[in-house]
Amino acid sequence: MSHISPTIWQFLVKWMTNFALFPPEASKIAPQMDALYFFIALVSLIGLTIVILLVVSFSILYSKERHPNAVQIEGSTLLEATWTIIPLGLFLVMFVWGALIYFRVYTPPANAMNIYVVGKQWMWKAEHEGGQHEINSLHVPTGRAVQLTMISQDVFHSFSIPAFRVKREAIPGRYTTVWFEATLPGTYHLFCTQYCGTNHSQMIGDVVVLSPEDFKQWLASSTSGASLAQDGERLFASLSCAACHNTRPDARGPSLANVYGAKLTLTSGQAITADDAYLREAILNPSQHITQGYAPIMPTYQGQVSEEGVIALVEYIKHLDSDYRVQQTTTTTDLLPEGGGKATPAGPAPAAAGKVNP
Amino acid sequence: MNYLTKENGLLSWLLTGDHKRIAILYLISITFFFFIGGALAGLIRLELLTPQSDLMATDTYNKVFTMHGVIMIFLFLVPSVPATLGNFFIPMMLGAKDLALPRINLLSWYLYVLGGILVIYTMVSGGVDTGWTFTTPLSTHYVNTNVLSTGMAVFIAGFSSIFTGLNFIVTIHKMRAPGMTWFRMPLFVWAHYAASILMVLGTPVLAIAVVLLALERTIGIGVFDPVKGGDPLLFQHLFWFYSHPAVYIMILPGMGVISEVISTFSRKRVFGYTAVAFSSVAIAVFGFFVWAHHMFIMGISNYAVLVFSLLTMLVAVPSAIKIFNWTFTLYKGSITFETPMLYAFGFMGLFTIGGMTGVFLGTSGTDIHLTETYFIVAHFHFVMVGGMLMAFLAGIHFWWPKMTGRMYPEKISQMAAVVTFIGFNLTFFPQFILGTLGMPRRYAAYPPEFQILNVFSTAGATILGVGYLLPVLYLVWSLKYGEIAGDNPWQATGLEWQTQSPPLTENFTELPIMDHEAYDYEWLENQKTKEVASAG
Repeated sequence: MSHISPTIWQFLVKWMTNFALFPPEASKIAPQMDALYFFIALVSLIGLTIVILLVVSFSILYSKERHPNAVQIEGSTLLEATWTIIPLGLFLVMFVWGALIYFRVYTPPANAMNIYVVGKQWMWKAEHEGGQHEINSLHVPTGRAVQLTMISQDVFHSFSIPAFRVKREAIPGRYTTVWFEATLPGTYHLFCTQYCGTNHSQMIGDVVVLSPEDFKQWLASSTSGASLAQDGERLFASLSCAACHNTRPDARGPSLANVYGAKLTLTSGQAITADDAYLREAILNPSQHITQGYAPIMPTYQGQVSEEGVIALVEYIKHLDSDYRVQQTTTTTDLLPEGGGKATPAGPAPAAAGKVNP
Repeated sequence: MNYLTKENGLLSWLLTGDHKRIAILYLISITFFFFIGGALAGLIRLELLTPQSDLMATDTYNKVFTMHGVIMIFLFLVPSVPATLGNFFIPMMLGAKDLALPRINLLSWYLYVLGGILVIYTMVSGGVDTGWTFTTPLSTHYVNTNVLSTGMAVFIAGFSSIFTGLNFIVTIHKMRAPGMTWFRMPLFVWAHYAASILMVLGTPVLAIAVVLLALERTIGIGVFDPVKGGDPLLFQHLFWFYSHPAVYIMILPGMGVISEVISTFSRKRVFGYTAVAFSSVAIAVFGFFVWAHHMFIMGISNYAVLVFSLLTMLVAVPSAIKIFNWTFTLYKGSITFETPMLYAFGFMGLFTIGGMTGVFLGTSGTDIHLTETYFIVAHFHFVMVGGMLMAFLAGIHFWWPKMTGRMYPEKISQMAAVVTFIGFNLTFFPQFILGTLGMPRRYAAYPPEFQILNVFSTAGATILGVGYLLPVLYLVWSLKYGEIAGDNPWQATGLEWQTQSPPLTENFTELPIMDHEAYDYEWLENQKTKEVASAG
C-alpha cells in the first residue's frame, strides 16, 4: 500500500474505522425494536425482489423483438386478491408488533427512577431527584428503569437517544414521558431531533451509561448540595406558598399533604388525579383548577417560575406528608448534602434523596 | 395551424383561456422554481459534505433548507403533473375542447405566480427559517424572519391548487365526450380526479392553519400558545390534516402518468383497470385519515396512535395493488424501452422502496426510532423525487411530441434517465442508513462518523443534477431540431393521440365519440386499417 499517498491513506483509515451501518444496542428495548426493523426490512426486500424479478423477466420475455404481438388480458381477480390480501396481512402483523413495542416504550413501569428533562433553545437540562443538575448530558445506571419526564421552556424539541431506540418530543405547556433501561455502559449520542431554530444542530450531548456502582459514585460526586425537593421547598418558601397552603384548619388554600396522586374534585365538578401535569397547571393557571370548597384567590405564577422551578415545586409537593412545616428561610444550601440524614423540618427532602439510591 | 401558432405575442399568452397554453405557462414557471429549489438542495449537500457547519452560518443553512422545502413542495410538486400535463391532457383525453372553467384556470396560474413572487420576495428580503412545516411556537414567537410573507405565499398558492382541483372535478363530471363513461376514462384521469378531491377538501384546512398562524404571530390570539390556554399540538393537527393528503395530491397524478406509459409501451390494456382506478380513490379516501402518523412521538394518546397506525397500514395496500397491476401489465405485452418507459421502470423500483420504508414509519414502534432522522428524509425523497419526479419526467417525454409536435432525441434521453436513476440512488440510499444510525434531519453539523455516507450522498446529488439539466438542454434543442413527431408516434390509444400534433386550439376538428374501452389496442389497429382502406 506504500504507493497510496499517506494523506489519502489516513483519510481512508479514519473513515473505515469510524464507519458504522447500524447503531449500538444499549437498552432493553433496542433488540426488540431491531427485530421488528429487520422483519420489515426482510419483507420489503422480498417484495422489492419480486417486483424487480417480474419486471426484468417480463421485459426480457415479452420485449417487442421476442413477442411482437401483445395478448390482451383484462386482469385476474384471483391474482389481484392475492396481492391485496398478502400485503394487507403482512402490514397488519407489522402494525400489531409495532403497537406492542410502542406501548412498551411509552408505558413506564411503576418503580422507574424519574429524571426531569427541560428542553430550551438550545440545551438540554436534566434534573435528578437528588439535586444533580446536568446540561447536555444525562447519566443513567444500567439495569434500572429510568423514566424521563420532559417539558420544553420554549419551542418543540425532541429528545432522541438512537442507541436506546427511544425518542420523545419535549413540548411547551405539557409533560411528556418516555422510559428505558440501559444495558451497556458507554457514552452515546443525545440529539435534539425536532427542528428548534438557529442552533438546532448544536442541541446535542452525551448519554453516559454507568454500572450501578459507578452511577452511585457519580451521584455522590455531582450533588449540588440540595435535593430537587429541597430546591422546591426553598422556592415554596420564597413564593410564600405556605401562607395559604398549610395544614392549619383556617388555611385559605387546601393542604398539600399527601395531595400527590390523590383524587380531587374541582369546583367545576370535574374529578381529577393530582399528577405532575395537574400540579403544574394548578401553579401556572390556578383559576381553572380550583379544588372544591376553596375560593379562586390564587394568583397565577405564569412567568414567575421557570419550568425548572415548577419541577422543583412539584417534586417538593410530591413528598409532603401529613404534617408539613416549611423552613422559612431561603438559605437551605447549608443543609446537609443528600443522604446525610434528617436535616430539615420539612422532612421529606432526604427521603427524596434516598429514593435515588434505594 | 395549431394552438401554438394560432395567435402570437405575449398578450395572447398572458390572457389565454386555452388549457394547453396555460399548461405551457405552468410548465415554464414550475421548471424555473424547480431549478431554484434544486440549487438550494445543492447548497444543502455541499454544507453536509463536512461534519462541521463551515460553508454557511447555521441560520443561513436553516433558511436554505426551509426555502428548498417550501419551493419544492408548494411551487413544484403540488402543481407539477396536474397543472401541466393534467391541464393539457385531461380535456383532450375526455374529448373536450377545454376545461370547464377556462378563466378560473388562468386565474389559478396567476395565483401561482403571485405565490411564487412572494416566495422570491421572502428569499431576497432575508428568507425564512421555520422549516416548511412552520412548527409553532417556533414560527409564531421565536423567529424574526419572513414568516408572514411565506405564509401568504403558501395561502395564495393553495388557492391556485384549489381552483385547479375544482376545474378538474367539474370537467370530469360535465365535459366527457359521448360514450366516454367513467370506466372508459384513462387511468390518468381517474388519478387526477382522486387528487382533485384532496386538493379541494384538504387545501382549505392549510389556509385556515396559515391564517391562524399569522393571527397568532401578529396579534397573539393564543390558539396555539399554551401560556394563553392554547395548544401547539392543534397546529400540528391542522397542518398535517392538509400536508399528509398533500403527499397523495403529489403522487396520485404521477401514478396516472405511469399507468398511461406502461400501457402504451407494452401495448396492453392496464391489468385490472378497475382495481387501479379504485385504488386511486381508496388512496384519496384513506389519505384523509392518517395525518396523525406525523405525531406519534409528540405525546398524543397511545390509542390515537393505534388508530392512525392501523389506517396508515390500510393506505399502503392500494399502492401495493398498483405496483403489482403495473407489473402484470407487462405480462404477455410487446414491450419497447423508450425514455418514458425507462423513467416508469425507475418509478416502480424507487416508489416500491419509498412505499415500503413508509411502512417502517407507519409502524408505531419503529417510527419512534426512525422519525425525525434522515430515514424520513430518504423515505419522502424516494416517494417524491424517485416517484413523483420520475413520473413527471416520464410524462414530459411521453407527451412532448404531442405538446410540441417534435420528438426529443431518444438516445441521449435514455442516457439521462439512467444517469438520474443512478444519481438518485447514490444520493438518497445512504440516507436510510444515516437515519437508522440516528442522524437527525435539519442539522447543519453532525458527528464525524456520519461523514462517509454524507459524502456518497453529496456525490450522488452532483450526478442527479446532471441528470436533471440534460433534459432541459435537449428538450429545448428539440423544439427546433427535433424530428417531426406526427399525430401518434407511440401508437397510443388515448383520444389525445387521435388528433394532430401540436393540437388545434379547439383540440378536435369534430367531436370525438368514444366507442371503445380505454387502452383498446385492437380498436387502434382497426382504425389504421380503415384509414389505409379509405386512403387506398
